[in-house]
Amino acid sequence: MLDKSYYNREDLKKFGEISEFQPALGKKFFDYYGEVFKEGALTAREKSLIALAVAHAIQCPYCIDAYTGDALEKGSDEEQMMEAVHVAAAIRGGASLVHGVQMMNKAKDMSM
Amino acid sequence: MEKKSLKGRAHKLSDSNMQLEVLSAHQIKGDKFPAFSEKIAQFGFQGINARSVDVLQINLGKMCNQTCAHCHVDAGPDRKEIMTRETMKACLKAVKNSNVAVADLTGGAPEMNPDFRWFVEELHALGVHIIVRCNLTIILANPKYHSLPEFYKANKVEVVSSLPHFSARRTDKQRGEGVFEKSIKALQMLNVVGYGIEGSGLPLNLVYNPSGAFLPGDQQGLENEFKKKLRDNFDISFNSLFAITNLPISRFLDYLVSSGNYEEYMEKLLDVFNPASVTGVMCRDTISVGWDGYLYDCDFNQMLDMNLADNLPRHIEDFDGNVLKNREIRLGQHCYGCTAGSGSSCGGTTT
Repeated sequence: MLDKSYYNREDLKKFGEISEFQPALGKKFFDYYGEVFKEGALTAREKSLIALAVAHAIQCPYCIDAYTGDALEKGSDEEQMMEAVHVAAAIRGGASLVHGVQMMNKAKDMSM
Repeated sequence: MEKKSLKGRAHKLSDSNMQLEVLSAHQIKGDKFPAFSEKIAQFGFQGINARSVDVLQINLGKMCNQTCAHCHVDAGPDRKEIMTRETMKACLKAVKNSNVAVADLTGGAPEMNPDFRWFVEELHALGVHIIVRCNLTIILANPKYHSLPEFYKANKVEVVSSLPHFSARRTDKQRGEGVFEKSIKALQMLNVVGYGIEGSGLPLNLVYNPSGAFLPGDQQGLENEFKKKLRDNFDISFNSLFAITNLPISRFLDYLVSSGNYEEYMEKLLDVFNPASVTGVMCRDTISVGWDGYLYDCDFNQMLDMNLADNLPRHIEDFDGNVLKNREIRLGQHCYGCTAGSGSSCGGTTT
């Protein structure tokens, strides 16, 4: 039965169930996912903050919930978490603005 | 933040029966929430038995200069229950006549007990390893406490101190306004006499517990981060960080229930139940002594008034290490807190 809203916070806990319809690819994805977030050249804490920033860039409510909790568990504080969100915002804003150069080029080309 | 204990506010959760009632609800969001004993039985554990009484964890009283939001003791300035010298003498006798190797002193703020220094000196004379669970701010609370670092040093005390975060904001939210700044000053005072300094033989360990409805992350990762931040920002060093899971008891239980996080928190504890942590739970090597001398399997059972069984010595006056070392532990739903993830104890993770 379909819920009335597209997003249901309870669905986050069912993330693993995506393997039900395609187990082989699901397994590959989750194995990869687990490897990605392991302590490596970057600490698990740094990766968690990157994930939090990306979650905001792609505006995924599940990811925001998941990585807010994960960042807190890994010892990040509110200030660090908000700075991560600003990184996402700066890149998003910058991505729009840098296209302003294209607009300027085009406008100059078309203008006397 | 509340300045009074649950008891001081006549809050219903100051009654341990009410806490047990909340904890024993076997339904979470309509699903059956298994009893802890059933859960461990699935992995072949028919109950949990102790294996030694290496540690005597002694609660010197509920009196404290702080009223931390997560306190499972419901301690605070308005709590007057403290251990008498007579009960301390019974503790000393128990240590003397047994194989107890560690006396772990807690509270409240154990230092506020007027017989604290006498008791520590007597324990030191018995040659037992002494741990004091120091909340740090007590060292600055009154000039009479300023000499505590020197006193700990003279008695070779291991200092274990709570610092929930290296940021003021997260620390103060849990422990009270201004606590972070005072804690930093106290840590610097401990460093000055040698605590936490490599080669000094004076261990200074920190306790991290989450300021909210989430579990502690990887202990080593947190320790690395704490070490870096405290060194870079405040020139503080310490030995180890113990990451401790908050158990759903007393004020932390009240926080979980009143903030609407209770069910999710319990589910999380259940989700990350780690069967490998069962054999390492601290109650297997510990006896907890209440301020009034009664005995418990751990400090959490103490706060839930879950005394030792009738057929066992129930008071420190009747302490018998040989009888207690194999006892069956009294279990409850709060035990999920010590078996979550990497396991949790007063000394940090257990696996």
